[in-house]
Amino acid sequence: MVESVAPVSGSIIDALITEGYPPVPALLSGNEAIAQGAWEAGVVVAVGYPGTPSTEILENLVRKSDVTCEWAPNEKVALEVAIGASMAGARALVTMKHVGLNVAADPLMTVAYTGVGGGLVIVVADDPGMHSSQNEQDSRRWGPFAKVVVLEPSDSPEALEMMREAFALSEALDMPVLLRSTTRLSHAKGLVECGERTAADRVHYRTSRPKWVMMPGAAKVRHVDLERRIARARQQSEACAFTLEELRDKSMGVITSGVVHQYVREALPDASTLKLGMTFPLPEDRIRSFAAEVAKLFVVEELDPYLLDAVRAMGISVESTSLPRIGELSPGVVAAVFGAEAPETREPMGDLPPRPPMLCPGCPHRGVFHALREMNAVVTGDIGCYTLAALPPLGAMDSCVCMGASIGMAHGFALAGDEPAGRPVVAVIGDSTFAHSGLTGVLDAVYNGGAETIVVLDNRITAMTGHQDNPFTGRTLAGSSAPEIDIETVVRALGVTDVQTVNPNLFKPTEKALQRAVGSGGVSVVIARAPCALLLRDKPDPFAVEEESCTACGACVRLGCPAISKDANSRAQIDVEVCVGCRQCVQVCSYGAIVRTGRSCDIGMGA
Amino acid sequence: MNVTSVMLVGVGGQGTILAADVLAKVAAAAGLDVKLAEVHGMSQRGGSVDTIVRFGERVFSPTIDAGGADHLVAFELLEAARWLHYCKPLGRLVVNNRMIAPLPVLIGEEAAPTGVEAALAYEGAVFLDAEEIACVAGSPRSANIVLLGALSVGLPFPVEVWRDVIAARVPPKTVDGNLAAFELGRAACQEGECG
Repeated sequence: MVESVAPVSGSIIDALITEGYPPVPALLSGNEAIAQGAWEAGVVVAVGYPGTPSTEILENLVRKSDVTCEWAPNEKVALEVAIGASMAGARALVTMKHVGLNVAADPLMTVAYTGVGGGLVIVVADDPGMHSSQNEQDSRRWGPFAKVVVLEPSDSPEALEMMREAFALSEALDMPVLLRSTTRLSHAKGLVECGERTAADRVHYRTSRPKWVMMPGAAKVRHVDLERRIARARQQSEACAFTLEELRDKSMGVITSGVVHQYVREALPDASTLKLGMTFPLPEDRIRSFAAEVAKLFVVEELDPYLLDAVRAMGISVESTSLPRIGELSPGVVAAVFGAEAPETREPMGDLPPRPPMLCPGCPHRGVFHALREMNAVVTGDIGCYTLAALPPLGAMDSCVCMGASIGMAHGFALAGDEPAGRPVVAVIGDSTFAHSGLTGVLDAVYNGGAETIVVLDNRITAMTGHQDNPFTGRTLAGSSAPEIDIETVVRALGVTDVQTVNPNLFKPTEKALQRAVGSGGVSVVIARAPCALLLRDKPDPFAVEEESCTACGACVRLGCPAISKDANSRAQIDVEVCVGCRQCVQVCSYGAIVRTGRSCDIGMGA
Repeated sequence: MNVTSVMLVGVGGQGTILAADVLAKVAAAAGLDVKLAEVHGMSQRGGSVDTIVRFGERVFSPTIDAGGADHLVAFELLEAARWLHYCKPLGRLVVNNRMIAPLPVLIGEEAAPTGVEAALAYEGAVFLDAEEIACVAGSPRSANIVLLGALSVGLPFPVEVWRDVIAARVPPKTVDGNLAAFELGRAACQEGECG
């Protein structure tokens, strides 16, 4: 506990909390620090696709001057835009989550060969523990695989410093630099000293086909050159200022990187540490010299044994541990692995119902999934808020693999035969996800004469990641207006003739459109268009259940609305503070038991 | 290690992130090292959320483990129970005495647990009805600031710093309501038993 704290002057507080120009020191998340560092380094072009935990980097950077920030439809396009900007000589940044880099892997593997013009930095944010992801792949492996430099910051100040250096490093080595973050870096805040922007010396573009045209003849030469560049990068790694050797008790030395370093410092305060700032290429000499200093050498890292395997491959003896390879580490997990007793805790309370996330009150997706459940459809799903429809009580989704997978999987499911008999196969995909990687799936279905129904859940925004614009919303990341690309026109241009647009908040018409679509015999598309409920500022009055009219049939409860629950007699009840007055439940009540009411106290003040 | 850890738990959408941000800025204004860990994305859609603020001379990890919180502020009754073991045995437990039924309870798959309040009372929890207090202050949406008021009684920061940071951090139109909410949360805790 902190005993006492001296009063502070108003000016410090003002400096800490002033909006706009970065205060000094500022309390910044890793993502905010990455944006600040990129800006200070003179980044000119920044592109990405939203994905937790990477999204806020561009959302913060776009507020700054002298940098053009854009959302691309997907990560592959984003990286290609950045490569073009780099080729033209500008410092360029790309941001994405770990699975996004899979999408961008094609240009990534070859931009290592071409190298860069202006500095090119790719920020990839991993999600150990899968707070908001479908897998927990370890992006450090892209280093040796794609042959790109990998930097790993361990806190917000270091994230800023690394970004400030990364562009110059990229230019000096003629290599793209991958800055790997994790959830606990991107979404942890710390105190950061912000600096000024330094305009970078602009690299000027000169035609160089041997460098940029990767036909086999040129690529063979560039691959040889790439290996030389990696050797130079290894020297940089030996000299890397972000790699810190701290000798304490020499009986035990720990090699770490990223936020895991913080856990090690907390859990094993006396241990000597070698914190690696650059984790590809590795500084073999420094690792050897650290290993020689300590009696027992350990590697502590999250997810894959990436460092462990590499250090052992150097012929250096590393102690074995029982470190988990699944999920997040923490100071407690590290301490336990090294034999510390867990602290005394209160008795956990058992038998608590879980609290999974759920579709918001008024969510327009609910109308579609209500209908699909009634139709007993096999629903191939996709990535977005609507994936929550897989949970009870809607339980109206059968798969979720990756961005865009719904459409190809529906086609494949239908190809595989007539099982399950009589059940229509329907793909569901959000508007942003459709722009990301849905179009080619539709082309495939039309081209190959498919017979599936595709529902585009067009809620006018990229909702799950916190409301980012996309090519179908009519606005850009910078907030300016853009051509509002019409999904129906796009779908028709891809060759689909059976296209309907419905308002999913109107249950009967939605059900009718879906019934018609699945019976069409060819590829059919239903665009379910209504804005995300969180975008609606004016909320109509809430509803209430008339106890005497309610028959406890459960129809409204099965919508999975956070405002509706069962009372002690299994009758429905509505929480007026949660209800947004959307009328969805009214449409499924056969007894007219749901009626308008008022709120318990005035709303309108946001905290 | 001279580090204080505060854990704020609740349900996505209750304003735990803003409350944590205010606390972190108050600690920073007091000249302390601060780290804050929050989770965005899927769990924010009505799921269980936890936010951690740690401050002291030097803070390493942004996260904590079970038994690591000096203060547990629960914005909801079941979340208080869910995260109880994160609160140190002698830690302070501030609980908003309101249950938000989770999905399995809403749809009748599981019964609402009984006896949670009594169990938390046995654990020494300080209870408030933050929404009711916030309504008195002008808006139920400032319940998060009411809870910060209750938390502030157990922390060594001057009231003026809290007020300044809140005023700068909440939407301009809501400053008066939120400052009133903070005062009422503080008063509610000072009047009653306040661990």
